[in-house]
Amino acid sequence: MSVAERLRAKTPTRRWVGLGASAVVWFALYQVNRPFWDWLIGGAFGLDLDSRLGSGLHFFFYDSVKIALLLIGIIFLITVLRSFMSVERTRALLGGKREGVGNVMASGLGVVTPFCSCSAVPAFIGFVAAGVPLGVTMSFLIASPLVNEIAIALIFGLFGIGPTLLYVGAGLVIAIVAGFVLGRLKLERWVEPFVFETRLGGQVIDSTFGLTWDDRIQMGIEEVTNILKKIWPYLLVGIGVGAGIHGWAPEDFFTQYAGEGNPFAVLIAVLIGIPLYSNAAGILPLVDALHDKGLPMGTLLAFMMAVVALSLPEMILLRRVLKPQLIATFIGVVAVGIVGVGYLFNAVLG
Amino acid sequence: MIIKVLGPGCANCVNLEKVTREVVAELGVAATIEKVTDYGAIAGYGVMRTPALVVDEALVLSGRVPTAAQVRDILEPLGSGS
Repeated sequence: MSVAERLRAKTPTRRWVGLGASAVVWFALYQVNRPFWDWLIGGAFGLDLDSRLGSGLHFFFYDSVKIALLLIGIIFLITVLRSFMSVERTRALLGGKREGVGNVMASGLGVVTPFCSCSAVPAFIGFVAAGVPLGVTMSFLIASPLVNEIAIALIFGLFGIGPTLLYVGAGLVIAIVAGFVLGRLKLERWVEPFVFETRLGGQVIDSTFGLTWDDRIQMGIEEVTNILKKIWPYLLVGIGVGAGIHGWAPEDFFTQYAGEGNPFAVLIAVLIGIPLYSNAAGILPLVDALHDKGLPMGTLLAFMMAVVALSLPEMILLRRVLKPQLIATFIGVVAVGIVGVGYLFNAVLG
Repeated sequence: MIIKVLGPGCANCVNLEKVTREVVAELGVAATIEKVTDYGAIAGYGVMRTPALVVDEALVLSGRVPTAAQVRDILEPLGSGS
């Protein structure tokens, strides 16, 4: 019997006991992770944990395991919670909402609705053709990748609850304001005309209708496997580069160029981040290493947001429904929002 | 029976097509399987989350890759009816 089959509980008791046992194993692994690598690298191999090689290796192994554990736990939880929401329900909730209230709701729903950027185009058509205002739709499409479960897992694990809440709050504010601004600009003429002509036919199927707890848990396990399969190369490269910075980069190298002394640091970080295509898993180990080297949190969060919220592949997808002028405006408005948040964080946390 | 697999060509859509083909072969129903990749057409069926499955122009599944058993549950009653 495969692991997956064994995990598929047959009775409610077995299901909850299995889930509880998994949680206990997860906590135990999370607790022994640091002592284990301290012992193996510092004790068994006799490396000095303050030396370059020692600290680099320790960072690499300890962070890989810690990040993998956090991703498994948090993606599972979020997927199970999100299985109570669906894009169809979100659209129904947004139908007939005015701008303003609509933008706030769309941003919040963008965070909690299960959604992948590969569905951005059909969702866009589905929203707009059903009469959801363009700016409200944009709020949803901005919030969804900007505030994502991978980033939440990693920021929480690496920096704690404070920066996580700041990140979620900032992402929501950017999505609300950017969507509202885009709506005010009346850019409907820059949407490909076929979107408004699309007839929504057929009955709507709510993809989460009739799910049992076993289905939801199964979806959680599948989502964890899928995401880990997809992001592990990014993650390893990110942690590898992070370990390199950790062990080898001179202490004041980054602060000299991108520290508090440089007023353009946030702006430059965002401009570099926009064309870069990675995901939160590849960026955050880097952010962690740079933070250790003394770079301010606002600059780093702005960099990460620019990387995950605005990417070339997503823009190419959206080009199917949006004209280049609207894509450019979209990038501009979101980038300005991210830069603003970066400076605000640096001022508040500084 | 005309079965349409809706999706722009992502990994999920390929998986759904594979599962569907397997089930159709297993049930032995006469069915043609087509792929719909045009976004306008996909949205026209009311789908906002790919992949999706349409049987004889009626949307039967959207938003996730089902197991073979789930596809069989959907296709079996439809197949015997026609």
